[in-house]
Amino acid sequence: MRITQGTFSYLPELTDEEIELQIRYALGNGWPLSVEFTDDPHPRNNLWEMWGLPMFDLTDPAAVLYEVNECRRAYPGHYIRLNAYDARYGRQTTALSFLVHRPAEEPGFRLALQEGPDRQVRYTLHPYALDRPKGDRYRR
Amino acid sequence: MSDRWGAGVIPYAEMGYWQPDYEPGPTDVLAAFRVTPQPGVPPEEAGAAVAGESSTATWTVVWTDRLTAYDHYQAKCYRIDPVPGAPGQFICHIAYHLDLFEEGSIANLTSSVIGNVFGFKALAALRLEDMRIPPHYAKTFQGAPHGIVMEREYLNKYGRPLLGATVKPKLGLSARNYGRVVYEALRGGLDFTKDDENINSQPFMRWRDRYCFAMEAVNRAQAETGEIKGHYLNVTAATMEDMYERAEFAAGLGSVIVMIDLTVGYTAIQSMAKWARRNGVLLHLHRAGHSTYTRQKSHGVNFRVIAKWMRLAGVDHIHAGTVVGKLEGDPNSVRGYYDTLRLDQVAPDPVKGLYYEQDWAGLPGVMPVASGGIHAGQMHQLLHYLGEDVVLQFGGGTIGHPMGIAAGATANRVALEAMIKARNEGRDYLAEGPEILRAAAKRSRELDVALSTWGDVTFTYASTDTPDIVATPTTA
Repeated sequence: MRITQGTFSYLPELTDEEIELQIRYALGNGWPLSVEFTDDPHPRNNLWEMWGLPMFDLTDPAAVLYEVNECRRAYPGHYIRLNAYDARYGRQTTALSFLVHRPAEEPGFRLALQEGPDRQVRYTLHPYALDRPKGDRYRR
Repeated sequence: MSDRWGAGVIPYAEMGYWQPDYEPGPTDVLAAFRVTPQPGVPPEEAGAAVAGESSTATWTVVWTDRLTAYDHYQAKCYRIDPVPGAPGQFICHIAYHLDLFEEGSIANLTSSVIGNVFGFKALAALRLEDMRIPPHYAKTFQGAPHGIVMEREYLNKYGRPLLGATVKPKLGLSARNYGRVVYEALRGGLDFTKDDENINSQPFMRWRDRYCFAMEAVNRAQAETGEIKGHYLNVTAATMEDMYERAEFAAGLGSVIVMIDLTVGYTAIQSMAKWARRNGVLLHLHRAGHSTYTRQKSHGVNFRVIAKWMRLAGVDHIHAGTVVGKLEGDPNSVRGYYDTLRLDQVAPDPVKGLYYEQDWAGLPGVMPVASGGIHAGQMHQLLHYLGEDVVLQFGGGTIGHPMGIAAGATANRVALEAMIKARNEGRDYLAEGPEILRAAAKRSRELDVALSTWGDVTFTYASTDTPDIVATPTTA
């Protein structure tokens, strides 16, 4: 399967040149960028690991792309996303967030059904990758 | 002075409801009415009558006014402008003191401002065009249970409009078949599916059955995509007790969102707004019935006023027009509605039909929903007119796809992401839209088929309701 989180998951994987154009767009809006990675792709996992702090003072698109590639080198068997943050009053939230790297194979999710009374079913989404220990979940 | 209090009927204008020297204060509620007086009625008297009948007056002098600080409670018509190009119509501006209204009650606000006055015989027609709600009054309302920012953080979706579809046919599907449509649309790439306004709990599908099958579909689609998905479960019902029962069942099944129809009434909407915040469930409002009073230019209530009331009452989503789809919506007016729903500070702008500034004082923004006769081939126009914080709902444009529902959903998602990417890359996406879509369709058979099925479909009819001042003529 293919996880479709992020702004551009229904398009072919973005090339570095295309990623750089998105970085330029974010910087043009005054949105600092940050890189995050995880090997727990549950859609409600909000706490991906931070690849350093948000790059508040970095205004060179190439330097941001360099950090993306450093993270890819360090965590090839992980999901990596690039976020742009809008700190303006009334927003103060992520403005753009898209995957820039994914593991070679994505095993997807198991949907566990717990049957209750009155035909009610409780659903639990379980990423297959989580059956293995953290750091050893995906082939590199 | 003795004339003012003599028994009998005297003109409203002479009773203090027409005060051209009055300067509205920062805490006044302001209203702009389009007034069409009956022949022979002077505009000042018509405007004063509206002020009077929407505040303290009755048809004759009553001595009991003198037991009150009546000039404090009287609404004041303070300005009258003839409508350009519409002889016999006037915009009357009326100021209401804050004391006239109960805190946090849309029912009370509207019972005053649109309560009796619309049937007044001396007026041939009357329309409430806009209101200014001062922050002092706005802050007495809860507002959106979550708002745009919280919704995006809750759904983990950023940087693009959200995508939805209303399940079709709107009536007749069994619960199991209904769940199939929900599943296919969500796994294909939509973020939301939706009950239609008139799907409640009919003999062919009772609410509880629909909720169970729909939530199975939502959960399965989440497992297939790794994304958070939702289905607007319509909890509209005959009584508040029924609505709470359905909403609680939906929340218990793990639904991220429920919906209500405008037909439930303002008080029920405010009750559901409180329920939605308490339970962490998004609240979608379908504006069922609004065109009966919003569409005609000379009489009724402009939708921008309904939008303001709903932002106060507290909904997370509201249908607000598509510009390019099958339902009424002049581009400039729709921009005005979207600004009213999304911005914190809204400047007056006659081109957009906005008569007053509106300071929302931090009340969360409401996500507008564009629904009705839109398709993937219009993606560049939709993004241009409606922006990024919007739910684009393609019902027929998803479910009617020749390759199936999931393919229809994928076509819409591919078209959307391609357009966002092109916009961010600095391309003139409005002009190059068709070209951007064709290029994306080379790598997506779903989009290719969607474009060849609907690419040329447009709905070009003149709008019945447009602002009076238009900078440049626009066509939808």
